[in-house]
Amino acid sequence: MKTETRLDKKFAALKAEGRAGFVTYVMAGDPDLETSFEILKGLPGAGADIIELGMPFTDPMADGPAIQAAGLRALKGGQTMDKTLDLVTRFRQDNQDTPIVLMGYYNPIYSYGVDRFLEAAKAAGVDGLIVVDLPPEEDEELCLPALQANINFIRLTAPTTDDKRLPAVLANTSGFVYYVSMTGITGSRDIDSGGLKTAVQRLQTQGKLPVAVGFGIKTPSHAKMVAQVADAAVVGSAIIDQLAAHLDDQGAATEGLVPAVLTFTGELAGGVRSARS
Amino acid sequence: MSDSVERPNSLRSGPDDHGRFGIFGGRFVAETLMPLILDLETAYEEAKKDPAFKAEMDDLWTHYVGRPSPLYYAERLSEHLGGAKIYFKRDELNHTGSHKANNVLGQILLARRMGKKRIIAETGAGQHGVATATFAARFGLPCVIFMGATDIERQKPNVFRMRLLGAEVVPVTSGTGTLKDAMNEALRDWVTHVEETFYIIGTVAGPHPYPAMVRDFQSVIGREVREQMMAAEGRLPDSLVACIGGGSNAMGLFHPFLDDEGIEIFGVEAAGRGVDQGDGHHAASLTGGRPGVLHGNRTYLLQTDDGQIIDGHSISAGLDYPGIGPEHAWLHEVGRVNYVSATDREALDAFQTCCRLEGIIPALEPSHALAHVIKLAPTLPSDHLMVMNMCGRGDKDVFTVAAALGVDVDEN
Repeated sequence: MKTETRLDKKFAALKAEGRAGFVTYVMAGDPDLETSFEILKGLPGAGADIIELGMPFTDPMADGPAIQAAGLRALKGGQTMDKTLDLVTRFRQDNQDTPIVLMGYYNPIYSYGVDRFLEAAKAAGVDGLIVVDLPPEEDEELCLPALQANINFIRLTAPTTDDKRLPAVLANTSGFVYYVSMTGITGSRDIDSGGLKTAVQRLQTQGKLPVAVGFGIKTPSHAKMVAQVADAAVVGSAIIDQLAAHLDDQGAATEGLVPAVLTFTGELAGGVRSARS
Repeated sequence: MSDSVERPNSLRSGPDDHGRFGIFGGRFVAETLMPLILDLETAYEEAKKDPAFKAEMDDLWTHYVGRPSPLYYAERLSEHLGGAKIYFKRDELNHTGSHKANNVLGQILLARRMGKKRIIAETGAGQHGVATATFAARFGLPCVIFMGATDIERQKPNVFRMRLLGAEVVPVTSGTGTLKDAMNEALRDWVTHVEETFYIIGTVAGPHPYPAMVRDFQSVIGREVREQMMAAEGRLPDSLVACIGGGSNAMGLFHPFLDDEGIEIFGVEAAGRGVDQGDGHHAASLTGGRPGVLHGNRTYLLQTDDGQIIDGHSISAGLDYPGIGPEHAWLHEVGRVNYVSATDREALDAFQTCCRLEGIIPALEPSHALAHVIKLAPTLPSDHLMVMNMCGRGDKDVFTVAAALGVDVDEN
């Protein structure tokens, strides 16, 4: 039997509180290592229940312009896998409660070495992984070794995931299920509220795991709407848009960047928390 | 390396059920795309067994593409080099000017069978884009071509050709604005328009079943060579040479011969300014890269120590892709195919030699293959039969060549 992970504990606590969780996505090293750390450190206080930390990649095939640009800024600033893991280590020195999920693409992990990566991630205090280009067909690559190491492997499901496929998608998923609320790339369209409730309930019933919904939440009212039907709402591109709006002409962080990002995060968190009051 | 990798009884039986050639290949795509890729695999397996599918393809190959392409004895080049007897497989004579038509025809017929209403494709040099735009026009399907902004600047004539054919050409500015970024953007478009769109990948790369499917459509090249060489010389060739970017023309030539043990096979990568010049100066994924995962498959990639993808460089826009088809990666590891490289300079020299001796203006891509032929042929006896795939014509490249030779075309 697997031991309870930080993600399991967090969702249990949220359930006890009777509210949905708020998941924020930021890119590690964007726009530079120290600014990125300041944001990371401030997110729980601004209302983030779970943090997804992007691992930058040159070829983010499932991401829209905002996250593509964030990744390139981070890489330009010299971000590496070691530095990303180090951000988590530093975060954990003051925070033992907020789960961190690393999100990105397989090649930087494969290049680092799967066993070496899992060991380093575990030691740093990483709780889960979302690797966009590893479907269940490739579970032996990273998913199964991660579960073995007691790191949650969170899978994306999409509107295109039909009933025939869903059991395979859910089979080795743990921590939570990430429902991509529309087909498409991150941050590209507005939410379709109609089918969302049905889709979330279908996943909750079949997967027996919390369901987080993302891709498309831009405002506190969006976040509230999603939080009414899902176990958690995920916001990525909209937070990164705030960050990008506070860069100078050279792409460097301005003084107001960290406060602006955290204030916006707080507004979104307010939307989530108001959903079931 | 060849000793440590298991070699099956037939080298032509791959991929396995997981879409793997050894450890290479696979289906490394977002969940959103998985159902489509599985649908595509099913549709392709059914089409392969349907005589009507093959009959329609054969008919269009004959009457629209112009197959079979000739197998031509390059007599003056052979005499000049003073060794092997050199044959060109004339795939540059196909409609649209390259081997790309072989694959696009197969995939567009499959798209029609699957009821898809919209065609998308990526292109680097523009040859695959032109072939796709051509067949989309022929079948009355709307067509969107993703092309890196840098490549659009380098390949203006092909951009205009695609537009003449009714395609929408979308400039891709993300990343470095080259072929890999165009492929990222095409994948992004595909996940956004999953239901109605068919993505025609131009080379033997991408998630399974693309590498196998594109290979199958291109294998018409090698099958014809077998027949044509038997007719011309009464026996099979002794060696095969083809250039490799993603590697579709090479796989098409090589695959029907993989189990003929006596035949030596050479794949020629683009060494750009020289593989020894380091990252960013070449596009030789096997010679200068290592295994990684990109665009749906595991293969050899040009990448940093931290797993970030590096742009390739080659004078030929069709070869500067940072990866290579997964079946090539496997054939490299089992040691069946010899992967070598040729520099920009060697390709330019070969280009000019071919123009003057054979009256054929080759594309810069097969000029790399020709550069290796020029190195190899003089070392071989006169009864050695060598086949090189002349996979594209060079009209598109005359401005690039003029610039490289320091000639102002407008002044002439």
